[in-house]
Amino acid sequence: MIRLESVGLHYGTASRPGPLVLEDISFSLPAGGFRWLQGPSGAGKSSLMRLLHLELRPSGGQLVVLDNDINVLSRHDLPALRRRIGMVFQDFRLLQHLNAFDNIALPLRLAKAPEKLIAEDVGEMLRWVELTKKASHFPPELSGGEQQRIAIARAVVGRPRLLLADEPTGNLDDTQALRQMRLLGELNRLGTTVVVATHNDSLVERFPNPSLRLEDGRLVQNG
Amino acid sequence: MASRDDLGLRRLLGQEMLPLLVAAMAFLAALSIGGALEAQAVSRHWQAGAARSATVLVPNPDQPLPRRDNGPEVTRIDGVLRVLRPNQDLAQVHQLSPDELGRLLGPWLGNATDPRSLRLPGVIALRLERDDVDLVVIGQQVAAIAPGTTTEGHNAWIGRLLTLATSLEACAFAVLGLVGLVAIAVVIAATRAGLAARREAIEIVHGLGAPDTYIAGRFAGRIASSAGFGGLLGTLCAAPVLAGLAVLSAPFLEGAPFALPTRIEDVPPILLAVPVLPLACALIGYLTARLTVGRWLRSLP
Ligand SMILES: Nc1ncnc2c1ncn2[C@@H]1O[C@H](COP(=O)(O)OP(=O)(O)OP(=O)(O)O)[C@@H](O)[C@H]1O
Ligand SMILES: [Mg+2]
Repeated sequence: MIRLESVGLHYGTASRPGPLVLEDISFSLPAGGFRWLQGPSGAGKSSLMRLLHLELRPSGGQLVVLDNDINVLSRHDLPALRRRIGMVFQDFRLLQHLNAFDNIALPLRLAKAPEKLIAEDVGEMLRWVELTKKASHFPPELSGGEQQRIAIARAVVGRPRLLLADEPTGNLDDTQALRQMRLLGELNRLGTTVVVATHNDSLVERFPNPSLRLEDGRLVQNG
Repeated sequence: MASRDDLGLRRLLGQEMLPLLVAAMAFLAALSIGGALEAQAVSRHWQAGAARSATVLVPNPDQPLPRRDNGPEVTRIDGVLRVLRPNQDLAQVHQLSPDELGRLLGPWLGNATDPRSLRLPGVIALRLERDDVDLVVIGQQVAAIAPGTTTEGHNAWIGRLLTLATSLEACAFAVLGLVGLVAIAVVIAATRAGLAARREAIEIVHGLGAPDTYIAGRFAGRIASSAGFGGLLGTLCAAPVLAGLAVLSAPFLEGAPFALPTRIEDVPPILLAVPVLPLACALIGYLTARLTVGRWLRSLP
């Protein structure tokens, strides 16, 4: 489960802190739950996602991710915890020198899965995101929407305990957006905790679930 | 494993110079090792020849010694020989015949001159039983019999040769140390360039849960193979130069230019450095890159 207690965040260093981008955020999310994360541009959605993905440490407060209190974890323990989290980045973050197949396979390879299993799982993901034909294409040869689908496949392939998707449908047409949301919903039904940040209100209406709403770095709605 | 190059290290730019720079360093290292080795071989050879020999010079060898107790008349050289021959410390006592003296002096005197017509001292060549025979005592004994007789060991020469060989070896180690430090600096620079070029990929792989040891190991492996290749190249380039050195030093060794030691204790420690040079380059590359990347990664959360 996830729990935040008066979490604050500012970018910059401890000696030269930037302005506070998240302030006094408190909420909890049980294992297997689903939350939309909404709010205007610049509200701090991606920053909150980065906190949950352990890319950033909170500047204050208590953060518990997958039952681990981040403040007591050492740096050494983070990689193993990160491997249990899938993340769809707003800017995709695909490796430019790996083809679509190898990009999706990355989390499995880091988990030292056998190649046979990797071939099966990645093949299945490629079919789901309808990019089997583009398996050997490199990211610069793919459209924005195709890259986004590869990013979703990479986040989902390792069956993470926690899935964080930052604007996962921003570059997709409605049909693809619905299809990929169904994938995330399926994962959620199988027990994965899911948080999806989005601007897309019609998507939220189609998949009614509790919402967290951020405004100017503060949590203004929970539920 | 093309598909596993997740950090894009095979096509990493800015690394082409690394093998060449390491090759230059390995070349210098091989030369300094080889030079010291040759000096050591030559000095050992001379030392072995010189250590157990000495020369006794008896002026006016044919003059009689003062007669003692009405005994028979004895020449100065025979008197000296009588003292030397029973000495257990001497393996061999050999008086050089006029012919042998003539051969020795021929180059200086010309063959026309008969050495017998010159007033030459008698020359006795000694071969010592052990290294630590006290030549001073022997010298005093023979000088007491025939005043003016001198005994020369070759210890002073051996001392100087040893000092020379040791200094050359020390120089070689100093050069090796310096070359090693430069190699480390070069690897650090190459690794930093690689980190800068692959910062984004590293951050992504780190974000997907790759441990620091994995990322640092990838970099270190890539740098180690580059450096190892450079080390091999440098050592191979140095080989003909070393062979040339061996040929140049051959006349001083009066035999095969280079005899392989048959027992492991006979192998000079510095010689072992030559075959392991490429390995040493690879190891320096690996450890340096691993530490450099490891430190850099600590700036990531
Ligand atoms: N790396 C950074 N360094 C400094 N400030 C940052 C950084 N990233 C984001 N910010 C600031 O933090 C605030 C929140 O940004 P964030 O990306 O979390 O917003 P968002 O809700 O995801 O916006 P959008 O909907 O446009 O993606 C913004 O004011 C932004 O300028
Ligand atoms: Mg954002």
